[in-house]
Amino acid sequence: MITRRMFLVGGATTAGALIIGYGLWPSRRLAEADLIAATSGERFVANWIKIADDGVITVVIPHCDMGTGIFTSLSQMAADELDADWAKVRVETAPADPLFANGALVEGFAFDQMKSSADSIPAMLRGPAANSLRFLAEKLDVQTTGGSSAVRFTGVYGMRVAGAAAREMLMQAAAARMNAPIGEFHTGLSRVIHSPSGKSFDYGELASAAAGYTPSSHPKMKNRGEFKLIGKPVPRIDIPAKVQGGVQYGIDIKAPEMLYAAIRISPTFGGKLVSVGEVPVANSRGVKKVVKLDDAVVVVADRFWRARNAVNALEPNFDGGANRDVSSKSIRDSHLAALANEKIKKDRTQGSGADALKQGTVVERLYNVPYLAHAPMEPVNATALYKNDGSLEVWSGTQDGLGSRAFCAKAAGIHLDKATFHLLPMGNGFGRRLPGQWNFLTYAVKTAMAVPGVPVKLIFTREQEMQHDFYRPNVTSRLRAALNPECMPVAWVNDYTTDDDPNPQAHIVYDVPNQAYGTVKVAAHVPTGPWRSVEASWHGFFVESFMDELAHQAGRDPLEYRRALLTHKPRHLATLNLAAEKAGWGTPVSAGRGRGIAIFECFGTIVAHVAEVEVSDDGMLKVHRFTTAADCGMAVNPDGFKAQMESGIIVGLSAALYGEITINNGAVVQQNFPDYPVVHLADCPDIEVYVHESDAPLGGAGEPGVPPVAPAVTNAIFAATGIRIRELPVKNHALGKTARQAASATVFPEKQLSFA
Amino acid sequence: MGIRLNVNGEVHELDVEPDAPLLWVIRDELNLTGTKFGCGIAACGACTVHVDGKPMRSCSVPVGSVAGAQIKTIESLGAAALTAVQQAWIDHQVPQCGYCQSGMIMAVSAFLATNSDPTDDQLAAAVTNICRCGTYPRIRAAVRALASAKVQVHS
Repeated sequence: MITRRMFLVGGATTAGALIIGYGLWPSRRLAEADLIAATSGERFVANWIKIADDGVITVVIPHCDMGTGIFTSLSQMAADELDADWAKVRVETAPADPLFANGALVEGFAFDQMKSSADSIPAMLRGPAANSLRFLAEKLDVQTTGGSSAVRFTGVYGMRVAGAAAREMLMQAAAARMNAPIGEFHTGLSRVIHSPSGKSFDYGELASAAAGYTPSSHPKMKNRGEFKLIGKPVPRIDIPAKVQGGVQYGIDIKAPEMLYAAIRISPTFGGKLVSVGEVPVANSRGVKKVVKLDDAVVVVADRFWRARNAVNALEPNFDGGANRDVSSKSIRDSHLAALANEKIKKDRTQGSGADALKQGTVVERLYNVPYLAHAPMEPVNATALYKNDGSLEVWSGTQDGLGSRAFCAKAAGIHLDKATFHLLPMGNGFGRRLPGQWNFLTYAVKTAMAVPGVPVKLIFTREQEMQHDFYRPNVTSRLRAALNPECMPVAWVNDYTTDDDPNPQAHIVYDVPNQAYGTVKVAAHVPTGPWRSVEASWHGFFVESFMDELAHQAGRDPLEYRRALLTHKPRHLATLNLAAEKAGWGTPVSAGRGRGIAIFECFGTIVAHVAEVEVSDDGMLKVHRFTTAADCGMAVNPDGFKAQMESGIIVGLSAALYGEITINNGAVVQQNFPDYPVVHLADCPDIEVYVHESDAPLGGAGEPGVPPVAPAVTNAIFAATGIRIRELPVKNHALGKTARQAASATVFPEKQLSFA
Repeated sequence: MGIRLNVNGEVHELDVEPDAPLLWVIRDELNLTGTKFGCGIAACGACTVHVDGKPMRSCSVPVGSVAGAQIKTIESLGAAALTAVQQAWIDHQVPQCGYCQSGMIMAVSAFLATNSDPTDDQLAAAVTNICRCGTYPRIRAAVRALASAKVQVHS
């Protein structure tokens, strides 16, 4: 069963052959695509690839641009197989139309989840199987960008295959034109060349005829050694416009006669709007309408600042309902009570599971991570036009164009055919704009329906964005291990809170013979959602902190201890060793400094960080340096991959050092950047990234850098101070001399859960 | 009562309240959308513009207070050819989502005009803009390269 959740979470491992794919469009569908997304003089030759008469090749990307560079890397993958001249390659966002549903993404996730590959399907069934997956993508409205999936799924299963198929079709067209066998032709730099005569044709002049051939479902693909663009640090296509303020993001859309809207939502989650109070904003300049929604009030005006000033002037009365007494303390208490009563739902067991705790000295620790906001630079927004004929048009930056279209149609209560959605670039997402978190679309559609015939742009202020996000969950984990006389773990037991299903990312790769995983479900009135690296963002901290504690308990070097447990995992071992070597692990550090190491695999990529920190006597922390090694199989764009590692480190560091959403009276306390601090230039460590290439399938880039950041830092803080941080963020902990004297590795007291 | 606003060398007569934020006047009245809204309280710098050569966070500047001043937005930078800072941003592949980069480039350009060879600490003290994608290491590298090439930046 394929669910939407798969697209957001992904597996711990990636199966799948590197170069297998199919599911190409027959010519009938190419013609349909031309009607939707081709201009005169250009046409689709295969899925996602248009070639114009003048030889310009446009790669049409079924993803959003939220800054990770996938428009460039996916174009590299298509253009490489196509043997295209990179100077002639352009890029476009795919329309939010079912024809452009991302079947390759479904294919990738399906194989990933089944731990299988296309090789396992008999050749004769591959075409029908691929068509089924494409059909599924259409039915599920899948154009998702998430799960670090663009390159490893869309690229591998879609772009490369489409490029290779289009290349073959161009060769067929040339062969027909010269009435020569296709075996006499080869390609290079956007030309088909007749090898014996040397006569050649530009792709542009062949494109029209090529589009008439049926694409092969399994075209000949290149080997790694044959790549010309894949594996090269090609400059990003989108960057020149981004240094000139020239990109039109969702917030920049302007339509004739457009109005603006500002919103105030019930601060308490689940609360209802009772009244908007007596303040007469309706007479304020530019104000057009005050819209009362079930749980929010919206002011529509001719300019955004007027709408915002008016909505802020209102004194709305909300009924907080059942959640008004929820606080961070009540949530924490509920986690501790749930874990203490030991009504654990078993997830997975290996060997003798928890029974093996009897086989050695038990170490027990409790860890917690707080709620986190995504805090994208561009606050969520959407522009909606509800026309008088009952149709709807919406413009926004979301992480799923096709899904957004279906969602907006449903929100408006209209038939899908009457909804149009325009997907725009966004000021990053980190998961905020994924399906399931589209409150901004709902409010924009409902506001537009209150002023039919006029486009309305609804923008969340930073305060509304901060207080009405879908947060990285607050998670508590109770970890136990039994150590044998050599102080190596013989049992590993992780029981943790969840407001959802069990987390596959909890499962460790370390060679511990007996393992058990269990969950306790906790009530969650705070809306939660995927946050960059999802479950790995907490399990990375739990696992790598606890492993570090075990190493110190054993009196062993944390690197050497991990190595001893990873001898069966050569890629992990190599990645760990590379990071350690480049960081100078084992060499002396200056006074007050310490190094910490952590490694985690998610979304198909293994990342190891070594953090070097300094803590002053009065407790001031400075993170000086990050040394990172990553194995993603092969980086399609090595510089782009490094940029994503840097990005993951900075986002992970913001979370580890400062990130914390707290709850009072059922509402978020934090409002804006001053009380939800993030890393600035002044906090930014020096970062070195090393890619360890392997023959593994391509891994993701956007998320895998994040999970080992926090434990690398807290392990380094322990090395520098002896203070073990088990509850994030770091800012809540005293690290000065006094605190160090009080710090001791207290063994977890039985039945009294605490973070000491 | 109109307000005369000089933006990118062009003078506009605007019928807006004097306390309207400069950011929203630039974006919604003048349709110059390169300047971005990030926080609304001068905390993130996404809305940075130059007012008489000095970097200002336009979300918190009442438009009435800058009537008569020379205001420059990202659109004026590199209108003819890319500036050295913009080119360095491309060379070092700085932007990711790009949303904060207009403000970042405006802040860095104004700073380099006053200090063409800053230390990392001086840069970090002067440029406190937020980038959530985490482009800071590349910003630092780009500025180091500009400094070592002794590039003169004019705001």
